[in-house]
Amino acid sequence: MPMYSIGIRKGFFRSPGSRSLYLEGEFLKEYKDKAEQNLEVGSFMSIEKTYAEINAKIKTGKAVVVTAEELIALVEEKGLTEATREVDVVTTGTFAPMCSSGAFLSFGHTKPRMKMQKVWLNGVSAYAGIAAVDAYLGAAELPEEDPLNSNFPGEFRYGGGHVIQDLVARKPVKLKAIAYGTNCYPRKSLETMITLDEINEAILFNPRNAYQNYNCAVNLTDRTVYTYMGMLKPQMGNANYSTSGELSPLLKDPHFKTIGVGTKIFLGGGVGYVAWNGTQHFPAMTNVDGKELGGAGGTLAVIGDLKQMSPKWLVGTSFLGYGATLSVGIGIPIPLLNEEITRYAAMKDEDLFAPIVDYGEAYPSFTPGNLGYVSYAELKSGKITVQGKEIQTSPLSSMPRAREVAATLKKWIQKGDFLLTEPVKSLPSPADGIVAHSIKEV
Amino acid sequence: MAPKRIVLRFRSDISVKPIVYRLVKDFDLVVNIVRADVNPQKEGTMVLEVTGDQSEKGLAYLRELGVSVQDLKQGIVRNEEKCVMCGACTGLCPTGALYIERPSMEVHFDEDQCIVCMLCTKICPMRAMEVHL
Ligand code: SF4
Ligand code: SF4
Repeated sequence: MPMYSIGIRKGFFRSPGSRSLYLEGEFLKEYKDKAEQNLEVGSFMSIEKTYAEINAKIKTGKAVVVTAEELIALVEEKGLTEATREVDVVTTGTFAPMCSSGAFLSFGHTKPRMKMQKVWLNGVSAYAGIAAVDAYLGAAELPEEDPLNSNFPGEFRYGGGHVIQDLVARKPVKLKAIAYGTNCYPRKSLETMITLDEINEAILFNPRNAYQNYNCAVNLTDRTVYTYMGMLKPQMGNANYSTSGELSPLLKDPHFKTIGVGTKIFLGGGVGYVAWNGTQHFPAMTNVDGKELGGAGGTLAVIGDLKQMSPKWLVGTSFLGYGATLSVGIGIPIPLLNEEITRYAAMKDEDLFAPIVDYGEAYPSFTPGNLGYVSYAELKSGKITVQGKEIQTSPLSSMPRAREVAATLKKWIQKGDFLLTEPVKSLPSPADGIVAHSIKEV
Repeated sequence: MAPKRIVLRFRSDISVKPIVYRLVKDFDLVVNIVRADVNPQKEGTMVLEVTGDQSEKGLAYLRELGVSVQDLKQGIVRNEEKCVMCGACTGLCPTGALYIERPSMEVHFDEDQCIVCMLCTKICPMRAMEVHL
């Protein structure tokens, strides 16, 4: 029995101007029907839901799923308690360059057999120091004949990330291999064409993706610098940043309450899983004047079958003067198990901050510190002020694509064929206080 | 005689007015300023249509002053399939031809504002900006 009823007013999602665009129409109607069902089972005690309960609802098409942007508007309108009661799952999304990416490929055997010692795909070397016909192709690897930065700044038009995109696009890729020959694997060289469908396995395994947060890069020096954060003009001529802010997966679960080993995710247009924490996983939060500030923070290692992914969501990427990489689309569902989880999932661009870092001098010389923090609301406005100077900002991470990831994942869950997985192991959180090491030279 | 379309690029210390005046006065050219982006704080750009017998001489004079002069024959096209709307190009495009629409954060390309500096063809991480002859 509903103890009271809620009226979903027309202007319900219209709070702060910018978000209203995405939150009207069809969504409202569907939301209303399902949310009222949730209310009936809700009580006035603090809300605790389980994965099993939410999955049961997903299976029957009754789960209430909203994107992180939609949740923000909802919480502003109704408060945390109501939002937690009504919503089951929040979807997040990001699409950005993620250098620590790559794929394990197992080609199948040749006749006679060959223990591939060195392997190239479209001229890009893959690591073959594993079993006979297995190799790992890294997104940042470059062709041997690439002029690199010898004619500075180098263009890096093609690299491992581009090979991965070509494979997923079902383009034939040239495989070249050499070997020293053994009794059981006599063959010494191979040159042929392969396609993704013909090889045995292709497993995307990205050791570090989905950075929780990232620096806003500026350049304090007098010369232009070319970095993995893009081209930075002298004397803070521009500023680049690279997360989707309020849609960014790990910014919405900064204490790793729901995202853990085994979490099922949207990866590269298909389904993937969180395999472990990513490398350089240093979740940390400091509370300064009521603002929760963090550096780059946590990361994820993710895994999935490359064959069911799409070239739209795995895109070869080139940074002038820096190198080649892969842009990856990742979306993570967050179950609203309790109010605390909702509170973080509903953090707005205004509440999320990126450290401003000088990539002209401080970053390359590994000098700690930053030039202050700036909110994602300011970054997305197109202008920030640093040391009294107004600077134009550009994102490197696509908001329209991030929004599309979150919307796609939402649809999958609503359709009932994407269930949530409870982590089999939690990832280290800020409370674990992991400390980063650097290389000590003797 | 068909007008010649050119792009001028100059440092902030070169003042625009006298150079246009000189082209008209000393070289007897008809000058139509198609677009000008002049900001004392940064590099300026200007697109001109120039008609007259002495146009080559006039342009040589500009080059002597340290102004970069380029023909505006080529066009820049955005490959819509490749563009992921990241926005990386928007902070560097000198004229704002590539810009972000808020709040959607979609990236738009206004060809009319493009001065074919070709910066975006190298900066775009997806290589979505292409030169068409
Ligand atoms: S940098 Fe390239 S991909 Fe990104 S918005 Fe500009 S044109 Fe599109
Ligand atoms: S070539 Fe590219 S960067 Fe230059 S003005 Fe045109 S759109 Fe802008």
